[in-house]
Amino acid sequence: MAVRSNQSMPGSQYFVLKLVSDSELPEIKPGQFAEVYVEGADILLRRPISIHYVDRQNKELWLLVQKVGKGTRKMSELKEGDVVNVVFPLGNGFTIPEKQEKVLLVGGGVGIAPLLQLGLELKNAGAEVSYLLGAKTKSDLVELEVYSKYGEVFTSTEDGSLGEKGFVTQNSAFNGKSYDRIYTCGPTPMMKAVAKIAMEKGICCEVSLENKMACGLGACLCCVEDTKEGHKCVCSDGPVFNVKDLKW
Amino acid sequence: MVNLTVDLGKGLVLKNPVMTASGTFGYGLEYADFFDISRLGGIIVKGTTKLHREGNAYPRLAETPSGMINAVGLQNKGVDYFVKHIYPKIKDIATNMIVNVSGASVEDYVYTASQINALENIPAIELNISCPNVKQGGMTFGTDPNAAAEVVSAVRKAYDKHLMVKLTPNVTDIASIAKAVEAAGADSVSLINTLMGMAVNAKTRRPVLSTVTGGLSGPCVKPVALRMVWQVSNAVNIPVVGLGGISNAEDAVEFMIAGASAVEVGTANFIDPAVCPKIIDGIEEYMEKNGMSDTKSLTGALIL
Repeated sequence: MAVRSNQSMPGSQYFVLKLVSDSELPEIKPGQFAEVYVEGADILLRRPISIHYVDRQNKELWLLVQKVGKGTRKMSELKEGDVVNVVFPLGNGFTIPEKQEKVLLVGGGVGIAPLLQLGLELKNAGAEVSYLLGAKTKSDLVELEVYSKYGEVFTSTEDGSLGEKGFVTQNSAFNGKSYDRIYTCGPTPMMKAVAKIAMEKGICCEVSLENKMACGLGACLCCVEDTKEGHKCVCSDGPVFNVKDLKW
Repeated sequence: MVNLTVDLGKGLVLKNPVMTASGTFGYGLEYADFFDISRLGGIIVKGTTKLHREGNAYPRLAETPSGMINAVGLQNKGVDYFVKHIYPKIKDIATNMIVNVSGASVEDYVYTASQINALENIPAIELNISCPNVKQGGMTFGTDPNAAAEVVSAVRKAYDKHLMVKLTPNVTDIASIAKAVEAAGADSVSLINTLMGMAVNAKTRRPVLSTVTGGLSGPCVKPVALRMVWQVSNAVNIPVVGLGGISNAEDAVEFMIAGASAVEVGTANFIDPAVCPKIIDGIEEYMEKNGMSDTKSLTGALIL
């Protein structure tokens, strides 16, 4: 795929990489991910990155990425026209309910990435979408206006620079409304805390897990999560799991 | 015309020298979206044991300079599950489907091998006496010539098709192990399995892997693997299958020049899931350019 644009988010470690395909994009479910080969980064393995948004009309795949290590830093330097080898879509996706439901999408840090496409598809399916997005500080909460196209947006920052001060789990989004379903992606402690609230309230909850991956196809068995049915691959059995199947 | 066929003996004939290494290619089907997997010379499926194994806890993966360390620990559902549920799905793939067999005792190896022996479309097993990620057995058999010979001769009695034995590099003298398994009835040897390695996180002062140590693979192990293939091919008369860091056709050709009759591609499948057909084409191209009509003229072509 060719790089259409690569935009860094001011004041944060995030960037949005837009890749364009010369052929029609395959069916992509929200929550699926891509394995990106990063050239010249002095690393061996591909980097698994969740799919942020699918612009089918322009054959574009958008990735919201956080600069963490050598691979993602090199990825942030890609220029328009550069060619990138990407394997996608991989893994399963979030469940889109058939009946109209009230849903809450909880994202922390760069974990907000897959929730954009998810919100869009949930809204199209007739769901009433609310977002709860959290980060350390204001500059890490990017593109809020885009999320607000699909639903109400609640925010939390640890330093209180935007929205409510504290963790997402302390946000008033959990107090007023009731939800039929909660989706979450972000740091594991946050997802565990969100899952705990969901389980206490008896709400169906899906989480998108992260793990170090090699093949991305369920062949090498490196990226397992311990589930009630034994070790399962985050790449091919996940990355999205229903909390009731995990040992959380 | 180049003849890419490789006859490893005892009924195991490869249409070309390229096989996929156990544990890196699942059961083959995982890669069917990327290329026609029947183009391969063989597919060596995931390590199979007598009983179901959950494998090690995670983290199981550490990336290192030009390599990776894994600590999967032979996660598999056991040979009975393989025979009943997996074999029917893979038996009609038009290449050599080879089962990697592992165990914690001689009896385990014999049980698993004899179950596989009954499967018509499995022409060979690769006996794994070299897994570094299992506390009991595995590598302990592969580090001592007597223990290696004991397990190979026991399996030999229970298994009448092609018996390939996969050797560990975690020994002082790999040639002596190779000779021992040859004398015990192996039809070929494959080498190298992973090198024992370790990764430490300086920030947390903790090991990266749940098991502390694990198996190192990837381009960084290639020089060690080449050296061992050369040593072993000089020591035995059975065919040698070379592996360890092969990422492209040139790497594969180097292993064959050093004495390998065929090769296995492992870690490179993770980086490019369609690397194998490129390697097959590249070997053919190399042979054409160098006026070699048969893979036999490439094997051991090292000029000293």
